[in-house]
Amino acid sequence: MENKYEGLNLPSYNIPEDIQNVVSITTIDRLYNWGRRWSVWPLMFGLACCAIEMIAAQTARYDMARFGMEVMRPTPRQADMMLVSGTVTKKMLPSIIRLYNQMPEPKYVVAMGACASSGGPFKEGYNVVAGIDKFLPVDVYIPGCPPTPQALIAGMMKLQEKIDKQSIKRVRWYEKGKVDSNYVPMPILGPDLIDVRRSKEFEAAAAKKEGVA
Amino acid sequence: MTAPASTTTIDASAQLSASLVARFPDSVTADARPGFSGFIVKKENLVEVATALRDEFSFDLLSTVTGVDYIAENKMEVVYHAHRTTGGPGIVFKTQVDRVDPIEVPSLINVWAGADFQEREAWDLMGIKFTGHPDLRRILMWEGFEGHPLRKDYKEAFYEEDVKPYKSRWPEGNHTYAEFKNPYRDNVKLPEGFSLDNYQPQTEDQLYFSLERSSTKNDAGHEKEMGDHMVVNMGPHHPSTHGVLRVAVELNGETITSLKPVMGYLHRNHDKIGERNTYLQIMPYTDRLDYFNSMANNFGYAVTVEKLMKIPVAERAEYIRVIMAELSRVQNHLIFIGMLINDLGSMYTPSLYAFEERELILDIFEAVSGARMMCNYFRFGGVVRDIPDDAMQKIKDLVFDRLQAKTDEMERFLNENEVLVARLKDVHVLNAEEAIRHSVTGPCLRAAGVPYDLRRADPYSVYDRFDFDVAVRYNGDMYDNYLIRFDEIRQSLRILEQALKQIPGGPINSQKPQYQVRVPAGEAYGRVESPKGELAYYVVSNGKPNPYRYHVRAPSFVNLTAVETMCKGVKIADFVALLAMLDIVMGEVDR
Repeated sequence: MENKYEGLNLPSYNIPEDIQNVVSITTIDRLYNWGRRWSVWPLMFGLACCAIEMIAAQTARYDMARFGMEVMRPTPRQADMMLVSGTVTKKMLPSIIRLYNQMPEPKYVVAMGACASSGGPFKEGYNVVAGIDKFLPVDVYIPGCPPTPQALIAGMMKLQEKIDKQSIKRVRWYEKGKVDSNYVPMPILGPDLIDVRRSKEFEAAAAKKEGVA
Repeated sequence: MTAPASTTTIDASAQLSASLVARFPDSVTADARPGFSGFIVKKENLVEVATALRDEFSFDLLSTVTGVDYIAENKMEVVYHAHRTTGGPGIVFKTQVDRVDPIEVPSLINVWAGADFQEREAWDLMGIKFTGHPDLRRILMWEGFEGHPLRKDYKEAFYEEDVKPYKSRWPEGNHTYAEFKNPYRDNVKLPEGFSLDNYQPQTEDQLYFSLERSSTKNDAGHEKEMGDHMVVNMGPHHPSTHGVLRVAVELNGETITSLKPVMGYLHRNHDKIGERNTYLQIMPYTDRLDYFNSMANNFGYAVTVEKLMKIPVAERAEYIRVIMAELSRVQNHLIFIGMLINDLGSMYTPSLYAFEERELILDIFEAVSGARMMCNYFRFGGVVRDIPDDAMQKIKDLVFDRLQAKTDEMERFLNENEVLVARLKDVHVLNAEEAIRHSVTGPCLRAAGVPYDLRRADPYSVYDRFDFDVAVRYNGDMYDNYLIRFDEIRQSLRILEQALKQIPGGPINSQKPQYQVRVPAGEAYGRVESPKGELAYYVVSNGKPNPYRYHVRAPSFVNLTAVETMCKGVKIADFVALLAMLDIVMGEVDR
């Protein structure tokens, strides 16, 4: 009988008949996830070609509003989900990370299209980051170049399923002692893009290269 | 409102060649390399020759400035393409310098202001210093980036081989991740012995100094009062910059006193990847330039390579190409109107009307090519597959029954709207002189009263067979810029109606389908009228399966040169609308 999409009620619990229309019994997790899954507000943030399909998904024909995702927020402070819609370039990356760091928890990242997932056709380029997952924790990858609006909506529904399975006790942003787990340090635009988390590794490699030469 | 027909004859070009060499006997020689055309100008006389070309030979529109790295001959070449706004073929002139740093060429910014960004791009990517350029900063990469990527000896971090197909991929196909081959396990390339401890990233002072600060010292040497002046950065994350454009604006209250666009946030290395690809492999990459109009991008590239290969195009394919390009123009202009009104503050409703029609056109693209946006539909000598019968019927229904009425409907709803008229009317965009000086092409130029449309000025494909007018309006204000899009939609529908009636049967490609085309050595410059303006490709072949040099002259990028002139002294709220007028797409600006 259990259908997690149907409602909030825990169907196994017997509510006395006379208050059945008044009282619902549920868990905090269910209530919390129910609220979030239907109000995933994306950051209004387009990078490249995929952003056009993102707009198309918002329009009347596909109507993403059916899933509570139509409220695009231009400011990261009000957004729940970052839809990385397009090629991530090295020059753009610091801005993306700054936006991500400004988003309040709970926050999700969806990599839309081949470029955001892996660099796609432009991976070999000197100014291209081979996938946003090198820097941000990605929840859902949507394949395609660009993904059709249908594919985008399917990806969003996958995100909803993921939200359903989360528990308020275990999500990373509420874990004790891990206050900064959501903060991604800003990369540096030097002679090339430098991931400061890996800077020691990079320096070692640069020194080794010199030794070989 | 009809542009003069072009007088393309071989005599004319021979005459021009003779008179130019006669005018500058010491400094101009004809380019005698097989397959090449144009003139080679001595570096010392470049400005003089360019001024004469503009003033005496009336080549008033500078189309392209780009560099070619002839590493084997130890030469760096700068290639210029100039055209007449009255139509006809253009002129190519080049200057060659030794490939020893510093490579210096005089800047032509004082002759054609449109050289500004293109020279900066050549400096950024090729390392050619343009002496006399007032603001020669990197444009697509950031200050402090190591190397000039389009030089032939630059190897990117994921470098594998000079040209594709890579031996690791083909024919065996047991490749590994590119990360595994790189010492940093990432797309990173650092100078030897690099250490972060004593590294100081470059600041953006240069950018802010390039703004014409009103705080400059007065005659007595004291700092002038700054008043309300402040610098605001718009973007790269901003809802109305149409992508990831960033603009550094200096404001006096609400009035813009100075601004500089900053781009490169979507620089996807189109040229460099293109030079590694085979000719056919580039075709899908062109889709991603101006991602609203993949058909128009394909068109330009196909025209260029066909010029180089000297092959005919199948008759039916020519008509299919025209139909696709014009449908693409219709949907582009509809989106332009929707997005413009979005930027003016009427959120969503008008753009929903535009997207409704766009979806129908995208359905057709999907039916013929298999993809909604990235069509990859053109091939050298024709197109990849024929239009299915039901899709043909859909096109006919759309063109003959629907689009005309829907355009009327949008005009009826919008044109007389009081708020729209108040926002758009008499807000100056560009006059004809400013537009030509800054190499602006496309609807913005035509709204300023210059009937320059390549479909008429230098006809390609079968456009000379259709009866249509070049849309032109004369005030050069925002309202004209807005109305001309409707005019162009109507003209496109006229062309579509004729093309649908005239389309012949027969094969859709004059060549056999092939992965690897044979392209003889030489150069070609092919240009088409994309919805944004003059889209041109410059391809140099050395007879191998990959282009030696591949450059895209993107209309959005060059049109952006004029943004500074357009926006000085306007209110910041109008700036958003003025930027929308240029109809830029960042995929094309940054490439």
